[in-house]
Amino acid sequence: MTSKDSAPAPALRAQGVSYAIGDAQILREVDLDVRHGEVVALVGPNGAGKSTLLSVLAGDVEPDAGVVELDGVQLHGQRPEALARQRAVLLQRQGLAFGFRVREVVEMGRSVWRRDERAVLDEKVIEESMEIADVSHLAARVVPTLSGGEQARVSFARLLAQDVEIHLLDEPTAALDIKHQEAVLSQARDSARRGAAVVVVLHDLSLAAAYSDRVCVLAGGQVRATGTPDEVLTGELLSEVYEHPVEVLNHAGTLLVVPVRRGVRSGVLSRETKESSCPVLH
Amino acid sequence: MSVTLPLPATSSNRRIVLGVLGVLLLGSALLAAGTGQLHIPASEVIGSVMHKVGIGWGTLPSHPQGDATLWQVRFPRLVMAALVGAALGTAGAVMQGVFGNPLAEPGVVGVSSGAAVAAAAVIVFDWAFVGQWTIALAAFVGGLVTTFAVYLLSRDAGRTEVVTLVLTGVAVNAMAGAALAFLMFAGDTQAREEIVFWQMGSLNGARTEQVWVTLPIAAVGIVGATLIARKLDLLALGDKAARHVGVDVERLRVVAIVVVAVLTAAAVAFAGVIAFVGLIIPHLMRIIVGPGHRALVPASALGGALLLVLADLWARTAIAYADLPIGMLTSLVGGPIFFWLLRQARRNAGGWA
Repeated sequence: MTSKDSAPAPALRAQGVSYAIGDAQILREVDLDVRHGEVVALVGPNGAGKSTLLSVLAGDVEPDAGVVELDGVQLHGQRPEALARQRAVLLQRQGLAFGFRVREVVEMGRSVWRRDERAVLDEKVIEESMEIADVSHLAARVVPTLSGGEQARVSFARLLAQDVEIHLLDEPTAALDIKHQEAVLSQARDSARRGAAVVVVLHDLSLAAAYSDRVCVLAGGQVRATGTPDEVLTGELLSEVYEHPVEVLNHAGTLLVVPVRRGVRSGVLSRETKESSCPVLH
Repeated sequence: MSVTLPLPATSSNRRIVLGVLGVLLLGSALLAAGTGQLHIPASEVIGSVMHKVGIGWGTLPSHPQGDATLWQVRFPRLVMAALVGAALGTAGAVMQGVFGNPLAEPGVVGVSSGAAVAAAAVIVFDWAFVGQWTIALAAFVGGLVTTFAVYLLSRDAGRTEVVTLVLTGVAVNAMAGAALAFLMFAGDTQAREEIVFWQMGSLNGARTEQVWVTLPIAAVGIVGATLIARKLDLLALGDKAARHVGVDVERLRVVAIVVVAVLTAAAVAFAGVIAFVGLIIPHLMRIIVGPGHRALVPASALGGALLLVLADLWARTAIAYADLPIGMLTSLVGGPIFFWLLRQARRNAGGWA
């Protein structure tokens, strides 16, 4: 784990960010700092504003109030080319209009370094990125013919090929099997160890607990708590935020977040308990 | 498109495909120049060109009317066919790239008709504020307005659904049809004939002066399309993801739409509406060179030129002493291909948006 004492300058800083669509206030006065070298998980119930906050941090959405700074420089107003050399974004839903091959899509991520001295590394970085995302064997395949999970890994390889210091991941694990979920988040940890700042939206709280340095709990567009998984992921707070009783278990040093299932027949209950404990077994 | 495996996108493959297309284009140009009521062998066609450019090499046409036929009738028409084809092929490739949808095409979505309405107005009202360029200018403005309108109407949250796009095209074509009908009603007999001729699309009567107007416009459009090719690739990721890898999406979109309007104007100004070239050609080329626009754009330009040179040859020789409208022929072939593409789009759950 990263030590917090070194305290590098924040890679991303959101201050007093508010955003509304029509009458609906999506974000209210959100403050968030993300430092180089740490993974911050954004969690919260549906409609909490996680994806919107990520869009604001990515520069896709301009907040109604507040500022976002990227390495100390205000984000809005920077040119797309400049932003692309500082932060990479993995969207929840990937689309591809034509039948590009896997390698071509990964190269698209690398294209941000065109006409830069770093372009000499293109081949190497592209190969490594495909290796890490476990898509090397698919390099010549046409992307729309791949499964959803494989496409998500191609997008992840594209993000790695961009080779920048700030990663914004919107539910990167949603379409993935357990092996690749763990692989993607381990890679996020590795990137952080090498100095990247990683913000990741997660629904699986046990994954958030296992892989993040800090967790930011959003609810109703507001930050309810920010801190280490141990500080923030408590049964009390989560039960309140998710409006459902949640239990947090400590299994050999790993936090497991489990919804309490009441009024379920005992046979079904035991089956479900097994299911929710699956991640432990792997 | 999953059914086909295009050539890997290497620069050597790109050169091979473009080279083959170029050779085919030259070959069919020689064939088309020599074919007609007066037959001129390929060697004499080459000889005539060589003499004209000042290299006294090869044999001049043996027939006393040979040279005149070539330079006054066949060459202008041939070059016009190639230019119009190249412009339409390129316009189709760019438009599909911007809409992220392989069904986008100037004819299908109504951009050609929009340009035609503006040009018809010039004919009917006898405007000539920029001389012989007036029709081309009007076609450009008409095409620009229509492309923007279609773009704004058919997009929702950064995507273009196939159904919306096609229906927008239906509506735009209907409105353009009404405007053309009114112009035909308002115009005199000669104007009426010109407009009818245009709706069918024909290269009959292409003159050298018209070629000199069309050539620079088409060239600007094709060069413009080549310059944005790399960014069009990134746009395939979707608007948001394209922005994340550094594309100024809004600006690219505006540039691309202007490029499409320029190309459509070049195609429509003197040849009328020749539909489906921009649909068939990029589709075929995507099968051969893959979806990357750096190969697709030049290949579509050459492929479009090749198709129209051959289609025009067919249009004027299929029936002796008759000149079939070339737009009719391309629609005859393009219609079924459009159907097929539409069915493919449906299989892919509503489209590629």
